[in-house]
This record gives sequence, structure tokens and C-alpha cells, in this order.
Amino acid sequence: MTNMVGAINNALDLILEENDKAIILGEDVGKDGGVFRATDGLFAKYGEKRVIDTPLAESAIIGSSIGMSLGGLFPIPEIQFAGFMLLSFSQIVNHVARYRTRTRSSMPLPMIIRTPVSGGVGALEHHSDNPEAFYSHIGGLIVLEPSNPYDAKGLLIKASHMKDPIVFLEPTKLYRLFKQEIPDERYEVPISKANIVKEGDKLTIVTYGTMVEIVKNAVEARNVDAEIIDLRTINPIDENTIISSVKKTGRAMVVHEASLSFGVGAEIAARIAEKAIFDLDAPVLRVASPSLPYPFPGYEKYYIPNENKVGEAIDKILSF
Amino acid sequence: MLKKTFEGSISYMQILDENGNVDENLFPKDLDNNTIIKMYTYMNFARALDAKALSLQRQGRLATYAPLVGEEATQIGSALALSSKDFFVPNFRQHGVFLVRGIPLDKFFVFWKGYEDGSDIFKELNSLAVAVPVSTQMPHSVGLAFAQKYLNTGASVVSYIGDGGTSEGDFYESINFAGVFKVPLVAIIENNQWAISVPRGKQSAAQTLAQKAIAAGIEGLQVDGNDVFAVYKATKDALSKVQTSGPVLIECITYRMSMHTTSDDPTKYRSEDEVNLWKAKDPIARLRAYMLKKNIWSDSKDLDMKNEQAALIDEAVKKAEEFKPNPDDMFKTVYSFMPDVLQEEYDNAVAAGFWLNNSGKN
Repeated sequence: MTNMVGAINNALDLILEENDKAIILGEDVGKDGGVFRATDGLFAKYGEKRVIDTPLAESAIIGSSIGMSLGGLFPIPEIQFAGFMLLSFSQIVNHVARYRTRTRSSMPLPMIIRTPVSGGVGALEHHSDNPEAFYSHIGGLIVLEPSNPYDAKGLLIKASHMKDPIVFLEPTKLYRLFKQEIPDERYEVPISKANIVKEGDKLTIVTYGTMVEIVKNAVEARNVDAEIIDLRTINPIDENTIISSVKKTGRAMVVHEASLSFGVGAEIAARIAEKAIFDLDAPVLRVASPSLPYPFPGYEKYYIPNENKVGEAIDKILSF
Repeated sequence: MLKKTFEGSISYMQILDENGNVDENLFPKDLDNNTIIKMYTYMNFARALDAKALSLQRQGRLATYAPLVGEEATQIGSALALSSKDFFVPNFRQHGVFLVRGIPLDKFFVFWKGYEDGSDIFKELNSLAVAVPVSTQMPHSVGLAFAQKYLNTGASVVSYIGDGGTSEGDFYESINFAGVFKVPLVAIIENNQWAISVPRGKQSAAQTLAQKAIAAGIEGLQVDGNDVFAVYKATKDALSKVQTSGPVLIECITYRMSMHTTSDDPTKYRSEDEVNLWKAKDPIARLRAYMLKKNIWSDSKDLDMKNEQAALIDEAVKKAEEFKPNPDDMFKTVYSFMPDVLQEEYDNAVAAGFWLNNSGKN
């Protein structure tokens, strides 16, 4: 049985073992094994040449990863917290996302940028952001966010075999929330392919990350015949799975921890409106955190959507 | 207790003065007449290319363009110091470096006409892509140099940044990283005194930009950036030791004789007197004076060279004007695969001819 951080650690180990050009760099990723221990033991196994503690400079971590990638290495930078990743936002938007297209495919940029995201663990507020929408909005980045150990390992291994820049978002709360039986060997989970967690006929709930468990519990508690879709890949989004499900159920809601406005929920609601509006028996609902900056940990429980909030939305959408 | 814990200094090197006289003690021993002629030829070529680009932009045949005139010695001198396996990391003004590295000129024009298609050549030239956001190319050069060290290629990296760029965080982060990881990097500051309208004096209270190296624990020096011999020697010397002793920062003191880009009017913020002062320090004129004294150049050679270069440029312009954009590539070059959702956007765009033709229906 493995938890999510263990699955990630295992995947990174297998990636480094398979590809001698793969290197991990970031703050405290070496001897310390990362603040969440995602790289635990890798420094001892692969040495300081491949598991590299860097100075505290996020822009240079991502920027030098660009140069490493273009120089033939496969960098896997870890940014300690999603809030700190904004210091490298310029490198990500100006270069990581567009290097391939602005050189007309002649200079692809394979790399995996890992960072912990989302709240619910009582951390300081800059440690709890949900940045998936803005990395997805740019175009050019593949944005992954697993909700369980199995997907975390399979997506990470899949990402390591791609020639694209990947933003890999790891919900902190899920690192140690539960364990799963997962294969020891390498396996891939496809990208741009959502996972139907539970099939159902009365309602489609699209979600991902920390909210998958919340949604599962809310659906179970109400014994609702809902189809639960875990996106796994935020960008490029798996529209087909969503639209097929909505056409079947006639009702759709999106649940995410990120704040409501201009988020992934808006994107999905718009796609449903474009492709399946005449199949709908009720308006599309979004359940999300309020449209506010992420609060201090004392206020998290008033902020993050919980089972009650999801349940209320389920009742509302089914009563149409 | 009080004790001095650090002492540092920065030196300035000039070999070829404004009148074409050289300091024989510093004159690079490997510099033969053929290389000197090559320097002069490339510097003239860069200036001719620049003039052509400027004129095409004014006719609406190029997009925004950043002229290099005045900075030829910094670019050509450093570029000629690289070996063929070395890499360079440009900002947006390194046309002279690209020339030395053998860029097909039509690609240069296609790029500055505003098409990504001009940049599929960078890889072959051992260059990274032209970077417009000031200083953001610096960490790339550190990572590229790191990769050379990791893979034991023996190649080094030369990066370019302007004076304004040294105020950016990416610059400081990069030289700091470079020092920590001891990568084979020569970072050249092309200090042309102006960052659009902001003069060097307003960028930093530091007396020299080279001394920023001291804080990063790496070697730093200043050279006369209008002296092609000094730039060549400084770059060559740096390249000979970065593989073993780590990065070097070279500040080349030069002058942007023209506008920042074609969107800029420098008469708004700087005086004619200042520009004239620098005209007297022209990098090409002083090299020419030296070559005439040494009897390795003549007026007739100038004429032949200029005609030959003009013909090459005209031919490239002609070829670039035949370039046909391919909007399919906007969609097809972003990912290593075509995502379903993007395929749909692409199909719609193609079916509608990218909405460029008015069907007449309103």
C-alpha cells in the first residue's frame, strides 16, 4: 500500500533509473528529500550530480531547467510551493509554454515542473494556491493534477516519456490522506484522458484533485446515481468524456477547490453550453471556493468546498 | 573586533585605441591578419545588414527591428572567439553574432518580418532562440552550460545581455547560479549606455556593471566594447578557463548609435553632442585606421567588400519576400501531439480560411 507522496517518490526513482539524462533540482530536494519528502532517498541513490539542491531562486530554477532541457537533459524541477512558483511565472509563460512553437518544433522543451498545490492542511496561505487555471490558460503547457497514488505515479511516468513541458500539480492534502495498492513497475496513465471514477445516469460531476474524495463522499452519502469524472489532465482538457457523459445524464456540475470566477469550472460549463445545451435538464452548476484570495489557515474551513456544499448543489441540480 | 573580510577590484582593458594604435603588450598572440580582416568584414557586414533592415522596416516590409549600429566590435569580437562547438544565447540585438555563426540571411529577414519560421535555424547555429523579455535568457544560458558540463561535451556558452538587463532579478539569479554550479559560461554585458530612454547611470549606483560578478563570486572585467581586439581577447581568455574555473562576466562598454528599436525616437531623451562624442569612438573606423597603417587594407578592397555584401543582402531580401506563411504551423508546433480540442479549433479555422476572406454576407 502506497500513499500519493510515496507513489510520486517511486515514480521519480523509476524515471531517474530509466533515463540517465533526467535530473531533479530545487530547494531542499537533496539530502532533505524535499519539504514533503517527495524526493526522499534519491540524493543518496543518485548523488548530488542528479539530485541538486539549488539556491533559493525560483525563476532561475525554471529558467536554468529550460537551458538544461535545450542542452539535452531532462530536468524535473521541484518548486517548493505553488505560491513561490509565481516567481518563475515569467519563465513559464514567456518561454516554457512557447519555446516549441516559436522555434517551429525545432527546439522542443521536455521537462516536468512539480509543485504542491491546494489547501486543507493548515499551511500558511501562500502554500495553498490552486493555480491550474492560469497554467492551462496560456496554451503550450500540459497541466496534470492527480487525485490518487495510482494516477500520480502513472501520470508522472507518462510525462517523463513525453517531449512536452508538463506542469505537475500535487495536492498537498492528498500526499498522505490514503493509501492504494499500486504496481511496483513502470506503468503509464494516459494524458488528456479523464477517468470515470463512478458511472451514473442522473448527473455528471466533473472534478479533480482534492475534490474527488469530497465528491465521492457526498454522492455516496446521498446515494445518488451520479457519474463522477476525475479530469486528471486539466489541459488539454478531455472534452469528449465530459460531453458524452452530459448527453447521457442531462445534468452537469463542476466541483473544484480553486476559486469560482474565471476558473476551470467556467471553461467546462462553456464547453457544455456549446456542445450539449439541448441535452440539459438543468443549468450547469459550479461548486468552488469563493472568488477571493486564499485565506489564512484559520479560515480554510469557511473557504474550501466541503461535502455539505457539494451535497447542497447535488440536491439543487436534481430538483430541477 | 573588526577585520576586512573581502577585497575586490575590476580592471578595464583596451588594446586598439580610437586612432587605430594598439597596445602591443596586450595584443592577442593568436590574432593573424586573416582574422583581423575577417573581423573588419563581419563588422561592416553587420552594419550593412542593419542599415538594410532599418530601411525595410521604414517601408513596412519588416516588423519592429532593434538596430545594432555602434555595437559591432562587441558582437563580432566575442563571436569570433567561440569555437564551432560552443553555444551562444542572444537577446534581441545580436545580429552580428548570428552573422558570424552563419545564419542564412533570408531566415534573418523572415524572422524580423514577424514569422516564427525564421527561428527554426537557431538549433543548427548552436544558439538559443532570440529572447525579447529582457534578461530572461540568462538562466537559460546557465542551464545550457550546466548541460555541457553534465554531458562532458567540452563546449562552453556565451550569453548576451544589455546594461538595462543587469537590473533584472533573472540576471542576479543567473550569475549566482552560475557561480554555485561553476558552469562554463561567459556572460557578456553589451553595455550600450541606454535601455530605451533610461541611461546607464540610472540603472545602477554601481560604478561598473562588471563588479556585479564580485557579489556572485565569479570573475568580472570591463573592456572597451568598441575595440574588437579587446573584446576578442577577453572572450577568448574567458573561454579558455571557464571549463575549469567557472563563469566569467565581461562588461563591454559600447554605445547604441541608433534607436532602441524602430518604435523609438532617441532625440527625445539624449543629446546630439553625446552621440557625436561616441561617433569619434566608432569601432569600425578605428579598426580600419589600424589596418591601413598595417597595409592590410585599401579603399578598393572596401568597395569590393561593400558590393559583395550588398549583393548577398539583396538576394536574401528577395528570397525572404517570397516566403509564404503557413498558419497550420501555429497549431501544429505547440505540442508533440495534436490535442482533440485543439484539432477542432484548427479544423474550424482551416475550413473558414482563417476568416481572411470576406464572403460578402453580413
